Amino acid sequence: MAAIFLIAACAAIFSVLLICLFLFANGFPAIGKIGVFKFLAGTQWKPTNNLYGIGPMILGSLYVTAGAIITGVPIGILTAVFMARFCPRRLHTVLSPAVNLLAGIPSVVYGFFGLVVLVPFIRYLTGGSGKSILSASILLGMMILPTIISVSEAAIRAVPETYYEGALALGASHEEAVFFALLPAAKQGIMAAVILGIGRSIGETMAVIMVAGNQAVVPKSLFKGVRTMTANIVLEMGYAADLHREALIGTAVVLFVFILIINVLFSLNKGGKK
Amino acid sequence: MKTHHSARFPAKPFSLFLRSLVYAAAGITILIIIFISAYILIKGIPNISLKLFSPVYTSENSSLLPALINTVIMTFLSLLIAAPLGIFAAIYLAEYAGRGNKLVRAVRLAAETLAGIPSIVYGLFGMLLFVIRLHWGYSLLAGSFTLTIMILPLIMRTAEEALLSVPDMYREGSFGLGAGRLRTVFAVVLPPAAPGILGGIILASGRIIGETAALIFTAGTVARLPENLFSSGRTLAVHAYSLASEGLHINEAYAAAVILLALAALINTLSYMLAKKLMVST
Repeated sequence: MAAIFLIAACAAIFSVLLICLFLFANGFPAIGKIGVFKFLAGTQWKPTNNLYGIGPMILGSLYVTAGAIITGVPIGILTAVFMARFCPRRLHTVLSPAVNLLAGIPSVVYGFFGLVVLVPFIRYLTGGSGKSILSASILLGMMILPTIISVSEAAIRAVPETYYEGALALGASHEEAVFFALLPAAKQGIMAAVILGIGRSIGETMAVIMVAGNQAVVPKSLFKGVRTMTANIVLEMGYAADLHREALIGTAVVLFVFILIINVLFSLNKGGKK
Repeated sequence: MKTHHSARFPAKPFSLFLRSLVYAAAGITILIIIFISAYILIKGIPNISLKLFSPVYTSENSSLLPALINTVIMTFLSLLIAAPLGIFAAIYLAEYAGRGNKLVRAVRLAAETLAGIPSIVYGLFGMLLFVIRLHWGYSLLAGSFTLTIMILPLIMRTAEEALLSVPDMYREGSFGLGAGRLRTVFAVVLPPAAPGILGGIILASGRIIGETAALIFTAGTVARLPENLFSSGRTLAVHAYSLASEGLHINEAYAAAVILLALAALINTLSYMLAKKLMVST
C-alpha cells in the first residue's frame, strides 16, 4: 500500500512533466520557425498572411492585468482591513461567506455579467463598442477581489496583537495603528495576495473574451478593444491548422512561462518569511 | 476586536480619512456582491421555464438539461480518479514521508505549479494529449481526464491539511495498541479527517462546474446527451458561454447563469457546513 501512496504522490510531478513536454514539444518548433524575436515582438498577427507576431497579445495581457491590479488591489486590501479590524462580528458572519461566494461564481457568469451590464455601461460613458481594456480591467478587478481579500485578511490577522497594542500605547489612533503597524507587518502576505491575483488575471480566459473586444492590434487607448494571450488561443484554436495552430500553442507556451515566473516570485516571497 | 478608543478621544482628521477609505472599499465590495447576484437572479429567474428542462436541445428550445446532466457526469468522472489519487498522495505526504523529505518538496512544488496553470493551458494540453495523441476525440473522457489533473492539487492540499489536523495522540494511541501504519491511517486518522477531505472534494466540484476554457477543446460543445464516454458533450458553463457569446438566446443564457450561481452557492454552503463540523470535532 505504501508504494501506491508513493505513486499517487508522484502523480502531480508526472502531470507537470507531461504538460511541459506536450506544450513545449508542440510550441517551440513553431516559435523557432517564425523566429523568436518576430514571434514575441512582432506587432502583426495575420495568420492568412503568415504573420505571427504576438506582441499585441502580450501587451493586451499586461494592460488588462495592470488594470485589474489598479481596480482590484486597493479595494481588496482595504476590504480585508475592514474585515479584519473594523467589521462588527455579526456583519463578518455574513460578509465572509458572501466573499467566498464571489470566489465561487464561475468565470462565465462574470463574463456574462460584464457583457450585459458593464459593456453597455462603458459604451454609454465613453462611446465606441464598450468592449475595451477598461471593461476587462474592471471585470477582472472584481474577479480577483475575493482572492486578494481572503489572503490579505489572513495575513493581517496573523500579525501579533502586541503590534497593535504597542501602537495604541504610543498614542496612535485605531486607524493609525492598523495602517502603520499592522499593515507593514502583514506586507509579505499582502504581496502574496497581489501575486496570486496577477496570476489569476493573466490566466483568465472566458470572462475576458466576452468583454475585451479581442482585436489583435496594439491598443491606442483605454477605451479600445484588446486581445489577451488566452483569448488569442480560444478564439482561433477551433479552426487553426499547421503553422497557425502551432503558433497558438506557442502563445500558450509564452503564457505558461509568464505563469511560471509568477509562481517562482510567489514561492520566493513565501520562502523569505521563514 | 472593536475598540472604543476613537469614541473617547476626538478623532484625528487623518484617522477619519483612513476610516472612510476602509468603509468605502468595504461598501464597494458589498455592492458588487449584491449587484451581481441580484442582477443575475432578477433577470434570470423569470426565464427559467419547464421548457428549458426538456431532454432534447433544439434550435428553437435551447434546453439546458443535457448540459446539466453532462455536468454531473463530468464531475463524477473527474472526481472518480482525482479523489482517490489526491487522497492517497496526501496520505503519503502526511503519514509516510519523513520530515525534510526531498520528494515531498518536489511534490509540493509540482502541486503549486499545477494550481497556478491557467485553465486554457490545461485545455490545450488535454487536446494535444487526450484528444489527438490518444485519439479519444472531443469526448467526456478527454474532458474529465484534463479536469482530473486540474483539480488534483486542490484535493491533495485540502486532504493533507485535514490529515495533519488530526492530533498525533490518535496515531500514538493506535500504534500503542499494536496497530500497523496502514491500519492506523484507515481506521484512526481518516475518519476524523473525513469532513475536511469532503470539503476539498466539494470545492473541486465547484471548479469543475465553473470550468469552461479547459473543456472547449477537450470535451467539445455538442449540446446533447452523450451516448458513451467517447461522445462529446457540453457542460452547463460551456452551455452558458455558447449562448451568451452567440447572443441569440440571451434569456436562456440568463437562466443558465442562475443555475450556475445557485450551484456555486450550494457548494459554498456545503463546504462551509463541513468546515464548521470539522472545527467542532477537533
